[in-house]
Amino acid sequence: MASIDISAVKKIYAGNVTAIHNLDLTIPDGELVVLVGPSGCGKSTLLRMIAGLETITEGTVSIDEQVVNKKEPAERDIAMVFQNYALYPHMSVRGNLEYGLKNRGTPRDEIDRRVAEAARILEIEPFLDRRPRQLSGGQRQRVAMGRAIVRKPKAFLFDEPLSNLDAKLRGQMRIEIKRLQRSLKTTSVYVTHDQLEAMTLADRLVVMNAGRIEQVGAPIELYERPATLFVAGFIGSPPMNLIEVDYLRGRGDDLKLPEGTDLCGVRPDTIQVADPGEPSVRLDATIELYEPIGGESHLHLRLEGSGQLIVAAVPARTAVVEGATIPLFVRIADLHPFNRDSGRRTD
Amino acid sequence: MIENRPILAVLTHLVLILGVVIVVFPVYLAFVASTHGGGDFLRGLVPLLPGPNLFANYEFMLTEGLTTAGAPPLWIMLLNSLIIALVIATGKIFISILSAYAIVFFKFPFRMLAFWVIFITLMLPVEVRIMPTFKVVADLGLLNSYAGLTIPLIASATATFLFRQFFLTVPDELMEAARVDGAGPMKFFRDILLPLSRTNIAALFVILFIYGWVQYLWPLLVTTDSRYYTIVMGIKRLAATADAEPQWHLVMTAVMLAMLPPVLVVILMQRLFVKGLVETEK
Repeated sequence: MASIDISAVKKIYAGNVTAIHNLDLTIPDGELVVLVGPSGCGKSTLLRMIAGLETITEGTVSIDEQVVNKKEPAERDIAMVFQNYALYPHMSVRGNLEYGLKNRGTPRDEIDRRVAEAARILEIEPFLDRRPRQLSGGQRQRVAMGRAIVRKPKAFLFDEPLSNLDAKLRGQMRIEIKRLQRSLKTTSVYVTHDQLEAMTLADRLVVMNAGRIEQVGAPIELYERPATLFVAGFIGSPPMNLIEVDYLRGRGDDLKLPEGTDLCGVRPDTIQVADPGEPSVRLDATIELYEPIGGESHLHLRLEGSGQLIVAAVPARTAVVEGATIPLFVRIADLHPFNRDSGRRTD
Repeated sequence: MIENRPILAVLTHLVLILGVVIVVFPVYLAFVASTHGGGDFLRGLVPLLPGPNLFANYEFMLTEGLTTAGAPPLWIMLLNSLIIALVIATGKIFISILSAYAIVFFKFPFRMLAFWVIFITLMLPVEVRIMPTFKVVADLGLLNSYAGLTIPLIASATATFLFRQFFLTVPDELMEAARVDGAGPMKFFRDILLPLSRTNIAALFVILFIYGWVQYLWPLLVTTDSRYYTIVMGIKRLAATADAEPQWHLVMTAVMLAMLPPVLVVILMQRLFVKGLVETEK
């Protein structure tokens, strides 16, 4: 077990393409950190630099307080779980689990003990003598995890491990990864582009965009107080609505917003159909589409005056009809003030 | 085809049977010829049923051979051909799998140039470069030797190309997983890549064994010592006698024996061969 320190790391690819700009990040021992961002934001590159599969142009990566820039992946004592599992197709499940241990010269009885333990934890004992191709996607995913845990490495690195699974299985495996990481307490870095996966798994969430870190924090912190417009739009589903301050002024109670605010973020679930009786703004909008999704319903609305499209999440049985124009209320306390040019929060 | 009409089934079978007959009939004739006695062909009428001399002919050719034609006993030529075909097949596979490994999995300066240099040798088969190659082999004193018979035929662009194409389909993550698991380049090659290439190697072995077995022009050039004659060039010598009728029954015996090893290789390795051509284990 170990902490991971990334300090002033840069990655410049051939042709002067900068994938990572001067990035700093510290991952304390035992924490599960999720790197999330749109494709091409540099999250996988960063993970691969920690793993040693990608060279580091500038800066240092340390694992367990040792600089590992020049070390081979095997010498870094990390284990990686790949998106396509990368199981050795010609080896049995047992062979796959053993391979890394054998290469390290682990004694035979120790190998057997660890494989048995990993197989028990992941419930893959019945498949130990099968080939990967005889397994389902979920089972392969378990084997890939098993290959990581038998090694008892200093850190787990996950590179979008669940994106090849169907939605239901993904949910199950997500819970299992979380449980496993909790019980093993191994420092982990997890890369995903799925914000739901990121929110539910992370001890700490790192939102990346265009090779830079946008915000680091506990998932709920990021949801409740996004530091930038990018994070505001990326975290949360349906995404946050962004409405011009000029439009909000004069609708409802007095707006007291910090200097420089020209855009306000409104979470869909903070839009209410009834007057909350607190300082709030009132919006009038036409319902274009009513989307019941079970526990709640989504209203796709067109604002009167500006014609902007917004989404509101309201309780399931809210009595509304499509085409009607209704009043909506947002508490002033629920507004997220932003400056459009800097892209940053203003309060 | 999904259609299920009896007339079509009959027709397709007829076409197939016709094809088989066209291919098999000459082989059958050769076999029949190899079972007859000396004079049976001089009458101009080719017999269609096997004669009584099967064992006598084969025994005679294998142990004594037609010394009048300057050819050694057949077993020597068969052995030579076997050695040469095996050396060529294994040598080609060994060299080309290593060069393909280097080209696909390592980044070194002029990597693509190296690949293209190997690739354009496809345009220069033995027959095209036969004079310079002969000169080189002669200067090295390799005439009348197994080395001279095999080495010029070993360097192979085709096999390198096939292995390259296969290696390109191996996902990068597999190599990365092996690196994380502590496998160095040679270990990755031996533990992962080689087992994955098994069926490809088998398929190539069949093709290259036959390629080596049927070499005619090159052995003809570099061997003057009958101890190094191969079976395929030997048949030509058997048939070309200066002042006597060719002994067709004995020539056909040699033909039948020359055909046997490649047929055996194909039959024995058929399963792996087909697998190697149609599927990859990934």
